[in-house]
Amino acid sequence: MSLKEKLVTSFMAFEDTIDVHSPIHDIRTEAIKTFENEGFPSKKEEAWKYTSLNSILKHDYSVFPKHENALEFKDVKKYFIHEIDSYKIIFIDGKYSSHLSQTTHDGIDICLMSSALNKPKYRLIIENYFNKITTKDGLSSLNTAFSAEGAYIHIPKNKLVDKPIQIIHFSTGNEAALMLQPRNLVVVDENSHVQIIERHQSLTNNPVLTNSVTEIFANKRAIVDYYKIQNDKENASLIDSTFINQKDGSLAKVHTFSFGGKLIRNNLNFYQNGERMDSVMKGITIIGKKQHVDHNTLVHHIEPNCESHQDYKGIFDDSSTGVFNGKVVVNKEAQKTNAFQSNNNILISDKASINTKPQLEIYADDVKCSHGCTIGQLDDSAMFYLRSRGIPEKEARALLMFAFSNNVLDSVKIPEIKNRITKIIANKLGVNIGFDL
Amino acid sequence: MLKINNLHASVEDKGILKGINLEVKPGEVHAIMGPNGSGKSTLASVIAGKEEYEVTEGNILLEGEDIEELGAEERAHKGVFLSFQYPVEIPGVSVTNFMKTAINETRKAKGLEDMPAKDMLKMIREKSELLEIDRKFLSRSLNEGFSGGEKKRNEIFQMAMLEPKLAILDETDSGLDIDALRIVSNGVNKLKSKDNAVIVITHYQRLLDYIVPDFVHVLLDGKIVKSGGAELAHELEAKGYDWIKEEVSAEH
Repeated sequence: MSLKEKLVTSFMAFEDTIDVHSPIHDIRTEAIKTFENEGFPSKKEEAWKYTSLNSILKHDYSVFPKHENALEFKDVKKYFIHEIDSYKIIFIDGKYSSHLSQTTHDGIDICLMSSALNKPKYRLIIENYFNKITTKDGLSSLNTAFSAEGAYIHIPKNKLVDKPIQIIHFSTGNEAALMLQPRNLVVVDENSHVQIIERHQSLTNNPVLTNSVTEIFANKRAIVDYYKIQNDKENASLIDSTFINQKDGSLAKVHTFSFGGKLIRNNLNFYQNGERMDSVMKGITIIGKKQHVDHNTLVHHIEPNCESHQDYKGIFDDSSTGVFNGKVVVNKEAQKTNAFQSNNNILISDKASINTKPQLEIYADDVKCSHGCTIGQLDDSAMFYLRSRGIPEKEARALLMFAFSNNVLDSVKIPEIKNRITKIIANKLGVNIGFDL
Repeated sequence: MLKINNLHASVEDKGILKGINLEVKPGEVHAIMGPNGSGKSTLASVIAGKEEYEVTEGNILLEGEDIEELGAEERAHKGVFLSFQYPVEIPGVSVTNFMKTAINETRKAKGLEDMPAKDMLKMIREKSELLEIDRKFLSRSLNEGFSGGEKKRNEIFQMAMLEPKLAILDETDSGLDIDALRIVSNGVNKLKSKDNAVIVITHYQRLLDYIVPDFVHVLLDGKIVKSGGAELAHELEAKGYDWIKEEVSAEH
């Protein structure tokens, strides 16, 4: 049985575990039909031309893990940004771990999707926001069909959330192969401000496939600062679809740091439904071996006087492959749009490759839109310069690669995240030097 | 300290150095002069270990050890320093972090622990004062957007930080105004001791008014064709190189 067939047939079993009379269920039923029609994307589709899911769909994934598994904080502490106080929404093999989590209902809701989907007090928010901006493609629909658990964050207006929120999905490896479908909803009301860190972490080399969907609503003048740390084990793959709807005066920033995992596909979609707002997308990708990272971004400028900034850096070693497909749409009404996009890459090895494609659809005439992509190698004269000062070849390369990517870190507002990313990069490049600049 | 014997070097099969002999002893300052294309910068790069150049004959001994097989960083660890004619711009790496990394990697190679941050800061403060470098300058990206003079001053600042045994200054005077020239030469002179040596590569005698050489060598078409004392530089300044060229061809 193919994974698709398995999932479609599992849906009935899934229905036994949920309330089939809730209005959400109609959405799920609709979604499984869409998935049945669409299936998984193939390379024939333009948006998936350079990313094949074949190698990760072949495993016999457990779709509903049978056991509740536990983890001790000390054993997984290193995956947390533990240097800072934070709210935590932690899942182990798809199940909520109250032991590792720290949620709140004190004026703000930082809790679980399962509660939000089932409890009457959240009904209004769910009705207004759930599945409103998710695209109806096969993978997102699959997630919608099985949506049951994930993070639910609702920040009412005029709240500055006092500490960042960490969302971590652990997989223990107790299943031979595991598929996870977390579903997150983040609603940030007027003038509120939230910082979120998301991570998917496998603890063994057993295959894991995560098909995650996150919907984010940044209402008027809200600030959403979102960090995705992707540094998973070599058999873990992630399809991460994030949909962000912005209203007047809001600022939404997503930093994506991709260092690990077998295959990562980031679908990052911004919809600017209002004026005078800014969407920021930044990423550092450093991969090697046969890793594959695909960034697929969309900014849709719908109304006038808005900005978007995209800056992605990629460093590819061994036989790794990268994809950057950045689409910017500027509607006819969206005059005075400023949209900037840049994608710079370094190929370390002859076998590494990157496919980078800016895609601009501009229907307004008074706009500033720029895009640029570069693919290069490390500069020999810079290498000689560093080495002539006593910095060995490996460290000199690492320093140059870090220097190449580090302007992306300038906009990281949480110093502990910056430090952590810096350490991961040093580790990834196999050096022990302080990049503290 | 440095002994170069019959050194031949080429780049992409084009011979540039054609039999250089040079001995530099501790405490000495040597100047190497010569017209464009005579091989001065190549000589500096070959000593520092630039891989594009291939040594086809002869050898370079540093304190008796043949350094041909050593990478640029290993030569640096042994005390070789090259002040670049064109320092490379490295966006994203600050001068301070660059120096910290260079010093600590050199210490690591010698089996020493990292220099304590306090000592590092003190050293940075002292050496930047010596070169009259503004502290703000140190947090800027290495050489990025620096003026010609700033780049050269920064090279000598690095030299001061790394305390090399053998410093090669490749046209450090080019692009310097008279004030910068004074600051840079003053820095070099203060760093001079009986235990280290300096090779100054220059087109002009001007720099040698400030950094007075013990020996002056004239490089012509990949060979040292004439050596003398500081007075030779004055002679070259007054008469140019043609008379030496004539002298050389007369000998053949």
